[in-house]
Formats: sequence, C-alpha cells, structure tokens
Amino acid sequence: MYYLDPHIHMVSRTTDDYETLAKMGCVAMSEPAFWAGYDRGSVDGFRDYFEQLTSFEPRRAADFNIQHFTWLCINAKEAENVSLSRDVIAMIPEFLGRPGVLGIGEIGLNKNTRNEATVFLEHLDLAMKTNEQILIHTPHLEDKFQGTRMILDMLTDDRRIDRSRVLVDHVEEHTIRHVLDQGFWAGMTLYPVSKCTPARAVDMIETVGPERLLVNSAGDWGPSKPTAVPDLILEMRRRGHSEAAIRRVVYDNPVKFFSQSRGFNFTPPE
Amino acid sequence: MSDDPSSQAILDREFLPIRAKILEIAASLDRAERATGDPTADPRWQQLETGINLLLQKSGDRAEHVQMLFSQPYEAQWRETLKIKS
Ligand SMILES: [Zn+2]
Repeated sequence: MYYLDPHIHMVSRTTDDYETLAKMGCVAMSEPAFWAGYDRGSVDGFRDYFEQLTSFEPRRAADFNIQHFTWLCINAKEAENVSLSRDVIAMIPEFLGRPGVLGIGEIGLNKNTRNEATVFLEHLDLAMKTNEQILIHTPHLEDKFQGTRMILDMLTDDRRIDRSRVLVDHVEEHTIRHVLDQGFWAGMTLYPVSKCTPARAVDMIETVGPERLLVNSAGDWGPSKPTAVPDLILEMRRRGHSEAAIRRVVYDNPVKFFSQSRGFNFTPPE
Repeated sequence: MSDDPSSQAILDREFLPIRAKILEIAASLDRAERATGDPTADPRWQQLETGINLLLQKSGDRAEHVQMLFSQPYEAQWRETLKIKS
C-alpha cells in the first residue's frame, strides 16, 4: 500500500532508510524542523539547516522516488533563547516561497514554560501574517496534558486561525479528543518508549474514527522506528480493517491536509 | 470493521501477550522489592499501585485513566502563572 509519513526527521536518518521506506510503499513525507540534539549557536545555523531541508533532503528522497516536503521554525527546546528565536522567526520568510515548504512547524511546548509560550505565540503570528499552515509538537509524558491544553488555549484565542489548517501532533488517549473536538487535525506518533504503539494507535482510530487523524513515525536521531507507519498498516490489516479504511488514514488524510499548503506540489503515484 | 470483532477473537490473540506483560510487571516489582531500601516510600511506587488498580475498573477507557494518572493536571490559570497576555 502507498502511504505518506507526515512527520519524520530524515536529516537524522541514513540513505538506507530512504531505500527501505520506498520499498515499503512510502511515496511522500514531511519533515518538520526540530532540535538537533544540541542547541544551535546562531541564526546562521538555522539558515544552513533550512537550506538542507529545502534543497539537499528533497534530492536525497527523490533518488528513491519519494517526494519530500518540509516545515520551518525554531523548536520548543531552543525557544528558551527568546532573542535567538526572534532572529530565526524574522529569517524564516526567506525560505517560505521555496518548493516543498508546507508551513510553520514543529512549533509547540516542551516543558510548558513562559519563554516557550512566548515564542509559540510569535510563530503563530508569523503563520497568520504569511498565511501558512501550522504543525505543532506537544510535550511528552507528564507534561503532555497540560501542554496540549495550553496550546489549544492559545490557538482558540486567536480568531485569525483556521483550525482545519493546523495539525496538533503526538496526541495520545488523554489528548486526542480535546484536539479533534475543537476542529484541529491530530497526529499520532508511533514511538518505541515515550509515545504510542501501533496497537494503541489503531485502538484510537477505532474509538474516535479516522476523520482528521494522521499517523507518523517521527523517526529522528533517538530510539525511533522510521518504518512505524507500515507497522500500523499491518496491525489494521490483522484486525480486519478494509484497504480503503487503512488508506484513508495513511494516504488520503495526509494528502487532504497537506493540499491546503501552497508548497504541496505532490504527484500521486499512477 | 473487523472480520471477527468478538471479544473471544480478541482474547485468542491477546491472551498470551497480556499474560507476558503482567509477568513483566510482577517481576519488575519483585526486583525493586528485592533491592536495598524500601520502594514503597517512593511516591512513584504509589503511582504504579494506583495504575495497577485502575486496570481492574470496568470503565472502557482504562488507557485514558492511566494516562491521566501520570499527567500533571491542567491548570486553567496558566496565563496568570506564567504572566502571558491572552
Ligand atoms: Zn518531530
């Protein structure tokens, strides 16, 4: 089955991973900007990263017939440095017109601090002024519930925001309904330790329905599994879901959400 | 949705995996008790015991209840606490 991985950090993965994903049916992916594992020292560090995301990475993917799209921002961890964050936010528009850029992301909260919230709001303002879609990271573990609620509070406070153009990612059993009930898209991340397993993700699909729901691997430099979306496809098949029902979550939904971005110049396979 | 959505079919598939997970938990708790010191004094131990008790509720949303047990509660006044203007 063809599928898209809507959240994967390929700069941290090998070319072998591209090959494996292609063999498993991955036809497109979107890569949000995130934390490199260390804090970047300057706005030029981010400019180089955005260059990599918008030029080299799409070429590397294209070698395996995978279409690569991306989102730009300064992530929540580095948002603790508010002055650097403001410099990066001012520089992002240099890249927004490039092919394959889907919007602003993954912005969000990490430890639910004042600086993170400040930089999140300034990213929202940039997205509204430039008419970009938004992809949002929610915190992990004990901070997820409060952080997700804070994010939803900030989003719903801003009357300019079109909720159908916002994806709130890393939802789990206790946050998924809050996100969907308010009209946003929700992403489930299949991650070995801190997030969600394929079985629990399918449980959520069965209980809340597939509407506005995406599934991703969030594969990155940590313990993660870039082939997690095919694991979910297999789990749905084993439970007897139809091919159309599976395709809706792993192909139709991401295409529908991404199609609202100017930069989504996607060519469907066959 | 499923070819055979009966609870019987789900138990057929899940019985051994669930059994294995219960054994993992039992052995982990034993391991902590065998070690030096008293694990029951640690608040995380109480949390784990509460979590295990949640599994026995016939609620239909055990996973969500367990998630909430391990979550900081939502503080609606967070803007005032953090001095963020709305
Ligand atoms: Zn990510």
